[in-house]
Amino acid sequence: MAEDLVTVTIDGIRVAVATGTTIIEAAKQAGVLVPHYCYHPSLPSPALCRMCLVEVEKAPKLLPACVTQVAEGQVVHVGSPKAREARQGVLEFLLINHPLDCPICDQAGECELQDYVFQEGRAGTRYAEYAKRFSPVEDFGPDILYVPNRCILCTRCVRFMEDVAREPVLNVSERGDRAYIGIADDQPLDHAWAGNVVDLCPVGSLLSKDFLHKARAWDLDKTASVCPGCTQGCNITIDTRDDVVVRLRPRPNLDVNRHFICDYGRMNYRWMNRGDRVEAPLVREGPRHVATDWDTALDRFGQLLRATSGPAVLLASGRASTESLGLVRRLVEGWPVSAALQVPVGEEVPLAGIPNLALRPERAPNLAGARLLGYGTDRAGAIGAVRDAAVVIVLDAELTAEERRALAAANGAVVLLATVPPDGLGNAQLVLPVTTMAEENGTYVNRDWRIQRFLQAKAAPGMARPAWWIAGEVLAGPGPDADAPATAEQAFALLGGAFPVFAGLTYADLGFTGRVLDRTLAAVPA
Amino acid sequence: MGFPHTSHPRETVVLSQYFGDPGALSYAGWLQRGGYEALRQALGMTPDAVVAAVKESGLRGRGGAGFPAGLKWSLMPKPDGRARYLVCNADESEPGTFKDREIMRWTPHALLEGCAIAAHAISAETCFIYIRGEFTDPWRIVSAAVEEAYANGVLGRDALGSGRPLDVILHRGAGAYICGEETAMLNSIEGKRGNPRIKPPYPAQCGLFGMPTTINNVETLAAVPHIIRRGAEWYKGLALGNPKSTGTKLISVCGHVQRPGNYEITLGFPMKDLIFELAGGPPAGRRLKAVIPGGSSVPIMSADEVEDCPTDYEGVAAKGSMLGSGGMIVMDDSADMVYQIWRLARFYAHESCAQCTQCREGTAWTVKVLERILGGKGKEDDLQLLLDLAENMTGKTICVLSDSCAAPVVSGIKKFRGEFEAYIARARKPALAAV
Amino acid sequence: MSHGAHGAPAPPLAPHEPVLVGETRAKLDQLLARYPTKQACLLPALWLVQEARGWISEGAIGEVAAALGLTPAYVKGVVTFYTMYHTHPVGRHFIQVCTTSPCGLCGAEDTMRALLRETGCEELGATSPDGRFTVIEVECLGACGFPTPVLVDDDFIESVTPAKVPEILAKYQANG
Repeated sequence: MAEDLVTVTIDGIRVAVATGTTIIEAAKQAGVLVPHYCYHPSLPSPALCRMCLVEVEKAPKLLPACVTQVAEGQVVHVGSPKAREARQGVLEFLLINHPLDCPICDQAGECELQDYVFQEGRAGTRYAEYAKRFSPVEDFGPDILYVPNRCILCTRCVRFMEDVAREPVLNVSERGDRAYIGIADDQPLDHAWAGNVVDLCPVGSLLSKDFLHKARAWDLDKTASVCPGCTQGCNITIDTRDDVVVRLRPRPNLDVNRHFICDYGRMNYRWMNRGDRVEAPLVREGPRHVATDWDTALDRFGQLLRATSGPAVLLASGRASTESLGLVRRLVEGWPVSAALQVPVGEEVPLAGIPNLALRPERAPNLAGARLLGYGTDRAGAIGAVRDAAVVIVLDAELTAEERRALAAANGAVVLLATVPPDGLGNAQLVLPVTTMAEENGTYVNRDWRIQRFLQAKAAPGMARPAWWIAGEVLAGPGPDADAPATAEQAFALLGGAFPVFAGLTYADLGFTGRVLDRTLAAVPA
Repeated sequence: MGFPHTSHPRETVVLSQYFGDPGALSYAGWLQRGGYEALRQALGMTPDAVVAAVKESGLRGRGGAGFPAGLKWSLMPKPDGRARYLVCNADESEPGTFKDREIMRWTPHALLEGCAIAAHAISAETCFIYIRGEFTDPWRIVSAAVEEAYANGVLGRDALGSGRPLDVILHRGAGAYICGEETAMLNSIEGKRGNPRIKPPYPAQCGLFGMPTTINNVETLAAVPHIIRRGAEWYKGLALGNPKSTGTKLISVCGHVQRPGNYEITLGFPMKDLIFELAGGPPAGRRLKAVIPGGSSVPIMSADEVEDCPTDYEGVAAKGSMLGSGGMIVMDDSADMVYQIWRLARFYAHESCAQCTQCREGTAWTVKVLERILGGKGKEDDLQLLLDLAENMTGKTICVLSDSCAAPVVSGIKKFRGEFEAYIARARKPALAAV
Repeated sequence: MSHGAHGAPAPPLAPHEPVLVGETRAKLDQLLARYPTKQACLLPALWLVQEARGWISEGAIGEVAAALGLTPAYVKGVVTFYTMYHTHPVGRHFIQVCTTSPCGLCGAEDTMRALLRETGCEELGATSPDGRFTVIEVECLGACGFPTPVLVDDDFIESVTPAKVPEILAKYQANG
């Protein structure tokens, strides 16, 4: 559809882009970053920071790249002296009242003011003799602080609350150089998606109390992941320092969560840092569990399964990966099985301005994946089947006291694939240490059947292994020639055989924004 | 006429004929003076014919930009069932300008008549008149005129028997210079901060409440009935200089003159005669030093430049300044240019809406540098710094407020550099406490 | 048909009493019928509040927000943009004196100082000890040909010189 494309030249690079594309987005496609502050692809553009002014040949003035649409044959200069000088002017204006408190600022290292000044700002100040504006830090809400001194009034936060959250609790107050971001006394910034304003803030003006002074940005390791909070499947980055998760942030995926995540998801990471983990395989010897090596444990697990043909009960955590759920399910293939996923339920909390984006009531990131793999959600039914089951496998599901009593009374074998030590389940034949989703590679299938990858963000404790590895080893059987999957990708490839909806797909196909599964292939094997 | 003074024979009295005549205020009085005849005549014409007549007359927007009024009307899209709005800019916020205030104070029906004709021309059924909050008298007077116009069927469901409705709503500003900028005004009417909008889209496409909208200044609208009644040719014939500058213009003359007031001249009238002969020139014993010819936002002219300058759009532009709103601030040799420029910069710093970085920070910084100079702490490179800031504040923002702050600074340094240098060299007593 | 200019002196109204009630509320309802959107009534509504109470309190901001379907924060952003809205109580007579360049050239600063002196206000923005006057300096009242224009409440007074100040103030001192 060539008629829908226009060709422009940006800093000497020719690109063809869709009609109506802004210069700033066209430049991205040409691999040219136009520095900017107020512009954000998920917010309306007010063109007020004036940082993205570019030189367009034949235009009398510099034009804001964020709102100027490309025209056929346009020649744009981002790096020309005129454009650079304009940016240098903006940076100088932004810096005159900006405190140089970078050493104690959480944003340092990932600050767009720092970055652009480093890139092309003036070396010295011409504002030396004046006191800078000073206003005290304000408490905006449960997790958010406002540091007015650092604010560059880009208004991203105001626009997010107004146009995206549709709850305009922030404003620009006053005018001229007296202006600041304001809030009403009786309406705090406590919206369920409010945390996004911290990510949107290009400087260290809006801070998360949860992350306050926790880490320097350059000390963080960042891992692409998927939020384990609900069935929406928002793409996130897990930030760790020395193997400790310090925060979760949204990772852009225009089809799932654009640039946002909810505060429930954002704060749902403490369990990733639990210290009371099962670190070695435990087998029951008489009345107690003793630590052993994997060969012994896996051997015991295999024998136990070969000794019977059901019925089986599977109780799985809602956060279990597709790979783990699938291979564990294959352990009891052909048997009568009651398989239930643990699905905590809460309220639905939509983000009003973004269609099809909400914190979903089903707080299990892989509910759709589990269903495809033959798991239901009838937890009570599965518990009811425990007593007469030959084998009960618990895949890191959290158990209520009542459920623990039911398991303790099981007549068959109980195998726990656990992250934390079980309580009151002395009858378990095996307690095998498994990794959390933060410690393994894997995939989740979200509510729209989009299968998305997450990557290992931190090291597994002790001898813990992904559940798919345990199941894969058992399925392959003992011996040096056994063909057990060594990676999550190999485990994923094994799913295709039993579950056609995954057949032929590889991790490479999924990329980092996932792929929607073909619903016509979703027949679940018996 | 040179209100509050008696008319000068060299004025061309059209809009100002009834300034000072309380009899013109009422509906009946206005009818007696030939009022609403032009509206009747216009309603008998097609909207296109009205637009054509105004185009032909050469009438240009009197608010400051000087954009041809008829052309502006013709940019409105064809009626398509959506609401369409006329907005009358009665914010008159440009320092040095006080002409619209007199039009509203003495001839409110002239304004309403102009609004009604313009609304007919652009097929709008609602007209907002945005009056600045400080104008308490014009507010009362125009409010009363609107009530009378409704009572007499000029406004309302069947305006003047045209079969079409016309509503006029007065909207009161609340203290913000920038609301005189047309898109800021639209935001202000919509109940928002008076932030100027990015253009495009232009108001004719997406204006008030997102609908096609035309914004005209009070004086522009007040001129329209005269054009309709006396013909475009007559209006076009009123030009002493450039044929692109036609008609009469109210020039507000203030500052160091003996008879400050509004003088109505035919465009092209010699600026020197306007200042000296009509407004009486500087007080006895004083000499003309400088003139800001188009409201405070335009470059300063030196006395020499005034000497042979015709008062029209092109003539003033040729001197490197702008006719703007026609507010002439006159300064004699007692004026401290550095102090005056600081005072202007302070005005802009106070009025900046805070959107664009260059304006928000630049206007305030400019004030500080000027304060330092006036406080006897200036440095040699401060003038270059001021010029650099001005360069960064010019042509780079959503609206021209920061350009307006830069203009007097740049022209002031260029034309009166010695005064700045005297402060910096400590050869002049500080005018402000040191900062 | 429209709301009036803001009246003063403000009638006594305790800061926590609702302000959008009775006649004020009725006036707002009339305006709501004329404007295409509720939000567009924001400036007029704020004028009505100021007319009734003399200033716009946090509580009043909440009332206006509720009446127009806006948030208090939004309303506050608008209120603080426009300098004629008072976000704190002011004297019974509010005096605005123009000192912008054209008037400044003609002695406006002397007039301003005379107003401060004669009202007993210690500084710009402060209220006189008797609570009667507040004097502020404003940017351009749009009457540059009549230096110095002074706005006392809704009374626009032209050509004020320091000598005329006592006589002008006497009127307001006489009636409260």
